[in-house]
Amino acid sequence: MATVAMLGNFDWKQFKRRAFSTPANSAITIIVYAVLLWLVWTAINWALFNAVWSAEDVEQCSKEGACWSVIDARYRLILFGLYPFDEHWRSTLACLAIVGTIVLSCFPWTWTAKRLSVIWVVGFAAYYLLMEGGLLGLTQVTTDQWGGLALTLFLFSSVVLIGMPMGLGLALARRSEMPVLRTFASLVIDLIRSLPLLTTLFTAAVVMPILLPSWLEGDKIWRVIIAFGLFFACYQAEVLRGGFQAIPKGQFEAGKALGLTYWQILGRIVLPQVFRHALPATINNVVVTFKETAIVIIIGFFDILASANAAFGTPEWAPYYLEVLIFVALIYWVFLFGLGQYGEYLKRRMKVAER
Amino acid sequence: MDVAELKARAQRRKLIIQGLIIAVTALAVYGAIQSAKVNLSALGLTSGFGFLERSTGWSYSFSLIDRDISDSYARTLTIGFLNTLFVGALTIVLSTIIGFLIGTFRDSRNPALKTAATVYTQIFRNIPLILQGIFWYAIMIHLPGPRQAMSLSDGVFLSNRGLMVPVLNLPLVVALVLVLIMIAAVFLLRKARIGIFQSAIAWVGLLVLLLLVASGLYVPTGESVFSWPELKGLRFVGGLTISPELLVMIIAIVLYGSAYIAEVVRGGLAEVPKGLIEAGEALGLNQRAIWSRIKMPMALRTIIPPLGNQWIFIMKATTIGVAIGFSDLFYIVSTSITQSGQTLELIAILMGCFLLVNFSIAQFVNWLNDKLKLKAH
Repeated sequence: MATVAMLGNFDWKQFKRRAFSTPANSAITIIVYAVLLWLVWTAINWALFNAVWSAEDVEQCSKEGACWSVIDARYRLILFGLYPFDEHWRSTLACLAIVGTIVLSCFPWTWTAKRLSVIWVVGFAAYYLLMEGGLLGLTQVTTDQWGGLALTLFLFSSVVLIGMPMGLGLALARRSEMPVLRTFASLVIDLIRSLPLLTTLFTAAVVMPILLPSWLEGDKIWRVIIAFGLFFACYQAEVLRGGFQAIPKGQFEAGKALGLTYWQILGRIVLPQVFRHALPATINNVVVTFKETAIVIIIGFFDILASANAAFGTPEWAPYYLEVLIFVALIYWVFLFGLGQYGEYLKRRMKVAER
Repeated sequence: MDVAELKARAQRRKLIIQGLIIAVTALAVYGAIQSAKVNLSALGLTSGFGFLERSTGWSYSFSLIDRDISDSYARTLTIGFLNTLFVGALTIVLSTIIGFLIGTFRDSRNPALKTAATVYTQIFRNIPLILQGIFWYAIMIHLPGPRQAMSLSDGVFLSNRGLMVPVLNLPLVVALVLVLIMIAAVFLLRKARIGIFQSAIAWVGLLVLLLLVASGLYVPTGESVFSWPELKGLRFVGGLTISPELLVMIIAIVLYGSAYIAEVVRGGLAEVPKGLIEAGEALGLNQRAIWSRIKMPMALRTIIPPLGNQWIFIMKATTIGVAIGFSDLFYIVSTSITQSGQTLELIAILMGCFLLVNFSIAQFVNWLNDKLKLKAH
């Protein structure tokens, strides 16, 4: 919609003035557009016109075009990993539940603490029930068989779901009047933020079993999710700190003068405003988290990147590694670009509202 | 109940909560030590840093200094740390330069440059770094071998063994000194307040002069100043070979990092008040002068803090080396853990190194920020 409107309002006169103001400028304009057009043309030729689409036609694949046969043949492995073949419909529905949750929380009418938490808990529960099964006549599938896009979405949604309250807790602890609590929170936040995510996850996966007694060890995937959630929470705490700084101190005092308790002031006056102020930065944090989930391949999870590697891991499909990697990159790109554009739109909208 | 009583009660409650936090933390630490003892003795491991003296017995892809399979753990870890610092510094510098360029293009009036820069940032920012790394590495190892190497220009070859470039035929120390002198010359010439064209000529003149002197002193007689890569049999000799792993690290991190820095730069440029730019135009300044005298100096103050965060991010991003086989610190540490089993000590070393580096970067950024502050206020 926005793009269409922009095309309608396109200012040709301004375009001409800016693109062809001087001879040098005109030369730059023409050369850059020519190069861009050539790139787009080459890409389209390779990916569409000269491409082979179905798995049966794999013999027709050549250097000139993409061989999408590999996707046709292996897309289930890429999307669902080693999940039992007959149960793939469950994986599909589970992925849709998460995507639906993300899309729903983009609508402003869901933006109350209650609605958002209900949507996320329900979406996550639906995902978990569908994937794990064991209830309602669904056969049980344990987490070690989950994989591909489904596992990536699982990691992402559980990290956000665990990390949000943790982030709020850390942000509040950092603002606390109690020095011990404050120092503790700042230490955790600064430490986790200075370390690479990979180090934190690696610690959770490999070091924690040594430090924890065996009864507390739990599943590797949950240890990693909690560590990832902590990482998200530390960044989210910084985001919320910015939101807290935007609230005038007088509002706390006014609340106290009215005889409200600490939690009433927070829940009814301060937090709604904090979340509003911190919204664009929060979305940015969520986008970054989605992108960073790709790193779990290193600590041995069968996420979409690992299943992509497996998809061209057989001699038959090995020559078509590029097609598979581009396919996965496209999936990430669509998610991330969409969420990013939405964040930009919100930022603009809020700027207009503040004027 | 009077006010004093209520206050005292609140005070007591706070003390109890804080006491509980300390007690629980102490208990957790004690419990961790106890179970570490139990778990380590079950594995037959002794803790301590004695293993650093042992020799490793395994090899890895990249090192800046001499290495050997019988190196001690201490030396191997040092090499890993140096590699991380090297790749981090190199990619930070390159990403910053390219990021400023692309960010300026995004802010440009020319619609073509703007489009190209936007496409660049939107592509490279929205794909996970590790996927980009794996992508470039897959392309790299499928390139033709040295005998069918692609010749990019005179003396520059690209093959699945890496990028071969000509290099100065000088000892490493002399070459480093040369580079440092030439960097210092840039700053001195900028201070000298002569035109950009004259300073460029002076700089090139100095470079040629120094090269002649250095080659007279250090190049063995009968050899040329440059060493050119040449195909001899199945491999290249001479020149400098940039290994596939290093090359992929540089390409992937720089594309990703520069796209992020470009966004930071664009944001900074967009914050410059329009009135200032119009004032510059009214004074008859050309676009370049407006950019270098008004926009950039103003924008730098908003750019520097998030830029510092990006530098720290790039430093942390070097850990993707483990996915493409580049021997950065994380790669060396995780291999050491599998080989020696000294998990706790090695993780502590890894964390310590990253805290040190990132703390230093943060300090440097603070210093830079203070220096750039508007003095008049």
